[in-house]
Amino acid sequence: MDHSTRIRATTLALARAATPARVLMGRAGPSYRTQTQLELRRDHAAAQDAVLREFNLDHDFTPDFITKFGLFQIQTLARSKSEYLLRPDRGRRLSIAVESELEHQCPRRAELQVVIGDGLSAEAVRQQVPLLLPILLQQAADQGWRLGHPFGVRYCRVGVINEIGRVLEPDVVVLLIGERPGLATAESLSAYFAWQPRPGHTDAHRNLISNIHSRGVDVADAAKRILAMAAQIRRYRSSGAMIKES
Amino acid sequence: MGYSATLRGQTFTFADLRELFARANEEKSGDQLAGIAARSESERVAAKWALSDVSLGEILAHPILDPDHDDVSRLILATYDAAVFGEIRSWSVGELRERLLDHRSTEADLVRWGAALTPEMAAAAAKLMSNKDLIIAANRFRRVTRCRNTLGEEGVLAIRIQPNHPSDDLMGILFATLDGLCYGCGDAVIGVNPAGDSPGTVAGILRVLDRLISRYRIPTQACVLAHITTQLAALDAGAPVDLLFQSIAGTQAANASFGITLDLLREGRQRVLDQHQSRNDVAWVGSDVMYFETGQGSALSAEAHHGIDQLTLEARAYGIARTLNPFLVNSVVGFIGPEYLFDERQIIRAGLEDHFMGKLLGLPMGVDVCYTNHAAADQNSADNLLVLLASAGCNYFMGVPCSDDVMLNYQSTSYHDALGIRQLLKRRPAPEFAGWLEGQGIFQKGALSDNSGPSDLWISDLPRLLA
Repeated sequence: MDHSTRIRATTLALARAATPARVLMGRAGPSYRTQTQLELRRDHAAAQDAVLREFNLDHDFTPDFITKFGLFQIQTLARSKSEYLLRPDRGRRLSIAVESELEHQCPRRAELQVVIGDGLSAEAVRQQVPLLLPILLQQAADQGWRLGHPFGVRYCRVGVINEIGRVLEPDVVVLLIGERPGLATAESLSAYFAWQPRPGHTDAHRNLISNIHSRGVDVADAAKRILAMAAQIRRYRSSGAMIKES
Repeated sequence: MGYSATLRGQTFTFADLRELFARANEEKSGDQLAGIAARSESERVAAKWALSDVSLGEILAHPILDPDHDDVSRLILATYDAAVFGEIRSWSVGELRERLLDHRSTEADLVRWGAALTPEMAAAAAKLMSNKDLIIAANRFRRVTRCRNTLGEEGVLAIRIQPNHPSDDLMGILFATLDGLCYGCGDAVIGVNPAGDSPGTVAGILRVLDRLISRYRIPTQACVLAHITTQLAALDAGAPVDLLFQSIAGTQAANASFGITLDLLREGRQRVLDQHQSRNDVAWVGSDVMYFETGQGSALSAEAHHGIDQLTLEARAYGIARTLNPFLVNSVVGFIGPEYLFDERQIIRAGLEDHFMGKLLGLPMGVDVCYTNHAAADQNSADNLLVLLASAGCNYFMGVPCSDDVMLNYQSTSYHDALGIRQLLKRRPAPEFAGWLEGQGIFQKGALSDNSGPSDLWISDLPRLLA
């Protein structure tokens, strides 16, 4: 290996360690190398498949995990994946039957209500939630939060937070929801926050910690940041653009 | 006041301008979701037919959203060129379309008329135009802006380097940036969407990009696309802000859902201008300091659309932008998802509409040609829209490593795409930046040099930039 080849190899190794972005890939004239072109097609295909995968608590989590946290699953007004994709309004609302189920299963007026939603990636939920939820709930309990009963929402849009706020009246809602799958990862989870959410509230009332996955924000760090954010929101009795992570 | 048109013996009626505007749109899943789209192809064409006869004066006299209840409407009615409008108020929308395409209209005419039109009029014209019309009309005039370099001149196509990282790792951001510079990208801006929205994160990225730009004397500007309040907090902490970014939309309620007001945008712009005054070491070539992003469907997504179609609301966002002298404005056309733009056909149409309307209304329009993985689109359709928009004289596109944004999880256009489209359509980077590329040996005689790639020197320099 001559000197310049060795430097190129070192540079490439540094770059690969620093970012999952497809940097230093070379070129064929003004286009991609054939290898790059096919990798992009392969990963796009995987991302499209990930969007279509259904969230099913019983299949995505182990029985032990479900039992330990008493998890159960509800569904929004969206009746299928395809309706969910085209009708965001239905993914934000709950039927009366589902509302009474929530009232029946969950204590009202918790200080911190954690909700799990599939969003656009059931895979993200399957990968991250079994790691994140135990740390998050344990640390929250250690910090003295009075916790609501966590549950899963299929065909979930972020706006469903408002309905959950109306039905269960918790102080802080944290929604762990699968992000739209990218090419590099279909495993990325977001945490959305709202203080006493109610119908009519918008993104301006919410905060977000995104990119929770192994090459982004790892679960230990995510749990710490989520609870710090929740604590800030409780301190200010408000959520949204005016609350910043320190 | 009602409108009607009779097609092949069938009469279609429309209750008011709002309904007429909505029904006259090309098919969009967002208008269908809002329940305001044409219910048949014949109704769509009937609406276009009726709209073509409406005069510009009538559109002005009947605001599509009541100015008493919406500050965007008030701003629009206070900021069009009323003197020039007096010359064109009797034109119908159909006549406006023809004037914009007519070879006897000069570039100066188009620029004057653009300042006199309200966003609703630009939207109305777009509804009557074919895709090719949108391309030809938009390509007839330039929108030149200046900050640390000059964008938008004839023959110039700029590229934003978008070196996002899922945990805002500075070394990762720098690697993606250097890679882009070595493809001749980065003249529009080096613009990072941060994964975290804290002032500390934003200030940290701004400082490292500023060190890169000063150390290599790169004639370009940096931006971190956090919420405007976070950028201003970073500015207060002493971080250098070249461009102030914010997403904007076409109604007061939609902007409220973004956590912004028109006053906040004005105040932010002034504070950045003040900071530029104090940064004597920078060779400013102009004082265009704002960067806005928009996209059809954003108001509907915030449930703040008031029954108005997404094309018209998009134009109204441009009505805000043009009062604030932006350096960059781009629609992020495929980002929002299939519930608003269902497939590649709708994304391509919307991209051409947005570019045309923005440019006509006075904006230095770029477009983020993109798609998400839950839309019926792919890199082939992005290729198509890229070529169409470059032909339409679009000011800039995005440069994302191999088109794959690893933080925002969508696909845009790439450094390779920039190279390809500049070669195909004989476009060059911004003049100051082109000179710098030649000086660095990245370009030779206007083309990428054979051995372009991050030099050993640059790589060994990275740790110092982070210090």
